[in-house]
Amino acid sequence: MQTGIERIAAAFATAAQQHRAALMPYLMGGFPDLATSQAIGEAYVDGGADLIELGVPFSDPLADGPVIHAAGTEALRNGATVAGVLDVGAALAPRVPVLAMCYANPIYRRGLEEFADALAERGIAGLIVPDLPFEEAPAVLAALDARGLALVPLVAPTTPDERLARIGARARGFLYTVSLTGTTGERAAVDGALHDVIARAARHTDVPVAVGFGIATPEQAAEAAAAGARGVIVGSRLVREATEADDPPAAVGRLVRGLAAALR
Amino acid sequence: MITSVEHRFGPYGGQYVPETLMPALAELERAWIDARTDAEFRSSLDVLLRDYAGRPTPLYLAERLSEAAGRSIYLKREDLLHTGAHKINNALGQALLAKRMGKRRIIAETGAGQHGVATATACALLDLECVVYMGTEDMRRQKPNVERMGLLGARVEPVDAGTRTLKEATSAAIRDWVTNVATTHYVIGSAVGPAPYPALVRDLQRVIGDEARAQLLEREHRLPARAIACVGGGSNAIGTFAAFYADRDVELVGVEAAGEGIESGRHGAPLTVGGPGGVLHGAFSAIMQDAEGQISEAHSISAGLDYPGTGPEHAWLRDSGRARYTAVTDEEALATFARTARLEGIIPALESAHALAFALKPAESDLDLVCLSGRGDKDLAEALARLGPLAGA
Ligand SMILES: Cc1ncc(COP(=O)(O)O)c(C=O)c1O
Repeated sequence: MQTGIERIAAAFATAAQQHRAALMPYLMGGFPDLATSQAIGEAYVDGGADLIELGVPFSDPLADGPVIHAAGTEALRNGATVAGVLDVGAALAPRVPVLAMCYANPIYRRGLEEFADALAERGIAGLIVPDLPFEEAPAVLAALDARGLALVPLVAPTTPDERLARIGARARGFLYTVSLTGTTGERAAVDGALHDVIARAARHTDVPVAVGFGIATPEQAAEAAAAGARGVIVGSRLVREATEADDPPAAVGRLVRGLAAALR
Repeated sequence: MITSVEHRFGPYGGQYVPETLMPALAELERAWIDARTDAEFRSSLDVLLRDYAGRPTPLYLAERLSEAAGRSIYLKREDLLHTGAHKINNALGQALLAKRMGKRRIIAETGAGQHGVATATACALLDLECVVYMGTEDMRRQKPNVERMGLLGARVEPVDAGTRTLKEATSAAIRDWVTNVATTHYVIGSAVGPAPYPALVRDLQRVIGDEARAQLLEREHRLPARAIACVGGGSNAIGTFAAFYADRDVELVGVEAAGEGIESGRHGAPLTVGGPGGVLHGAFSAIMQDAEGQISEAHSISAGLDYPGTGPEHAWLRDSGRARYTAVTDEEALATFARTARLEGIIPALESAHALAFALKPAESDLDLVCLSGRGDKDLAEALARLGPLAGA
């Protein structure tokens, strides 16, 4: 059986063979409720997602802008639990690799080993922790490595080269490259720092570089891919669609198809 | 020369922030290591603290409170500082540091408004742009401070998320910093947050304890049996305690907000309650959280103590046994607020009234040092509305 890390690598390899970047839509688990979020995830896969980033709602999401913050708050109000959200990941995992995006505190609260077990039991391939920089990561990295799961680190335009090298050397799965200096959210245009940060990230790691934050439209996704990103992550635009649409799965499915087409 | 500041206090502390901020934290740490031993920086700060803010503050033997308590109670009068609370010690230091780093835009969070006013004041003085994040519930209950910040030229950004208090204001300030980190320094208002903030804020506040210790030795030729301070994020308390770490006979007591009672769950007392530590606003520390690791909402009548987290050094002082932590309810604090006004002609901040309320309870001690962290002008409307029936005034 493939490990989580191998499944992620295979997804990027498949996209590369087709000469395109991998598409990784972000799903807020439990928003608006668990069942609908699972249907949204299925629509992502049907629409052409190569991997899924599954957000675990948190009360104090410091790296998120207003759209994802509000969706997380609503998910919690509607009773989303960590286990319930990870179960949504389990339902999607047979179809595409799923990476959980979870802030540090729910992970510590459950315990690192227990949290890693919870991911492994559900076939979730990896973990992204937006408030766990390199210096704080060793224990989580060890717990995931022991299970063949990927701890995907983040780098930002503010990350200097010497630090990029240390982070890149310990990256598993892919290197999550933040396209801009700021929180998640849609922007009118891709950030001027995008080309530079992708190039710098790629020089300092052996795993694929995927770009997220501020990528919302098919044009922006194509621009990120043209700049050298091997993966493109789209979050707030899809979460906003799920917030506003009458039929969220159908509406996000259309957007994901458009994003996938732009990457082909 | 010491070339680093503490990142950890036992298992507590650390830097749990988005990667975007990590270089800025490293830059701040270097700047502080450099500045704190720089004679020119020290002397600019000392002159401001003396001539502008009003240091040293008096150490006052509160005779009528002493009589009521049956032991000597000395008050460290941080309430007499410019802007009315200890917060100015930290704000002036960090604003000077920001200027030294070439950052001309300052952001801050505030609960009671005292830190916001102190930061707005320091920015007016040093000609820096200032934006203060404040929960809309706190804007309501600390209205005079909102007006003061406006007059001082700061922009107050209302925060409408969650309980609309200090936790959300802090989160909003951190998000601003993530976005504007290149030009902006975040003047955090308490001994919380990612390293180097807890150590930086303690270093800037320890003037409280250093002065009080020397003043007491001069007056009484002895140290206090207890040093008592209220704990929100813990800056006035850590500033009081730090001077006494090596004086093992001095009991250090931090007083948190018991709100409507610890058992009600509506409080702001993570150190008193205990339970597993957690990550909030960049540090691993004692926090209020549920079984899922979601941060709980705090409650206190006092906006400055209405916070579900606390400084990591306090969590370690508790676990290591060097300090102990207890909590005082809204009602006890309110009653002491009124009593202190009548007995001493001093209207304390509701935050400080928590420390006083504890000091007035029966105890073995013969001499207490209490940090009177601020004055209560900002609390009049809120306190009088609640006190009417209570005080029979
Ligand atoms: C007068 C006063 N005391 C105490 C506090 C609590 O903060 P800390 O625990 O950092 O001293 C505040 C906070 O706003 C305050 O205004």
